[in-house]
Amino acid sequence: MEISEAASKALATAIVMGVGSITTAIAIGWIGAKGVESIARNPEAAGKIQTAMILAIAFAEAIAIYTLVVALVIKFV
Amino acid sequence: MEISLAAETIFHLGPIPVTNSMLMSTVAAVFLIFVIYLLQKLPKTSLFYNFFEMIVEWLYNLATQILGEEKKVQQILPIATTLFLFIITNNWLGLLPGIGTIGFWHQQEEGKTLLPLLRSGNADLNSTLGLAISAIFIIHYFAAKEAGVFNHLKKFFNLRGIFSFVGILELFSEFSKILSFSFRLFGNIFAGEVLLMVVSFLIPFFAPLPFLGLEIFVGFIQALVFTTLTLVFYGMATSHQEEH
Repeated sequence: MEISEAASKALATAIVMGVGSITTAIAIGWIGAKGVESIARNPEAAGKIQTAMILAIAFAEAIAIYTLVVALVIKFV
Repeated sequence: MEISLAAETIFHLGPIPVTNSMLMSTVAAVFLIFVIYLLQKLPKTSLFYNFFEMIVEWLYNLATQILGEEKKVQQILPIATTLFLFIITNNWLGLLPGIGTIGFWHQQEEGKTLLPLLRSGNADLNSTLGLAISAIFIIHYFAAKEAGVFNHLKKFFNLRGIFSFVGILELFSEFSKILSFSFRLFGNIFAGEVLLMVVSFLIPFFAPLPFLGLEIFVGFIQALVFTTLTLVFYGMATSHQEEH
């Protein structure tokens, strides 16, 4: 069976995005869960926890963005 | 439906190609300068003035929380506020209707393609890379100013056994900071544009509305993340000196 270049590119893009999203979704969900847990335990520290939480989410999200960039490069370049 | 990864060239200014992203960044900058000019003319009790004072105060509190020292806050806050306002203006201006859809037809071999006149400034890797490089450069400038150029360079290049290897790792981490700064902003904003385009291609009415709300939120969060990370990296670059 012959697979065209466009089809293999589309498949590669889908796999990259799919696998990349799973890991980042787990990471961000975990960070959010732990952040809410610690705010519930110590509501006075909500501001500090929120800043650290947003930072950690940004770092975790960066991985998804790298996969996005790889996917875009596969698709368009 | 066609999606272009690179910003399209609109016209040439001498040897420099002017892209639609550059036009949009200029529009955002002119808009911000106009707002600042207006703020200076307005009385200090007006609603508009108080709103901007609120933003600056909020950023000041954020910087104090991260850095702790008043001196450091005073040094970095103007740059952090500028970055925040420029990025958020660029992100939100890119969501306005007509941007990305108004343009002119461009004849190619495959057929006609639309050349949008404006495109969100941060949806182009060049402009986010520029922002990231300037942010990191300013951080290093302040760090070198505080500790002396030689002392600052000693952090990266030295001959003290294992620390020389650590220094090289630190040097590479500076470059990866630039990469992650630029890719994060570009990826989020560009993905948002593609998402809005795909959704309005599938269901043109009402369906894109919640996604527009999401994009407004993402635009704010990305500006906040860029500013926060600049503050954190600045704090790290200036606090390391005291240990040695």
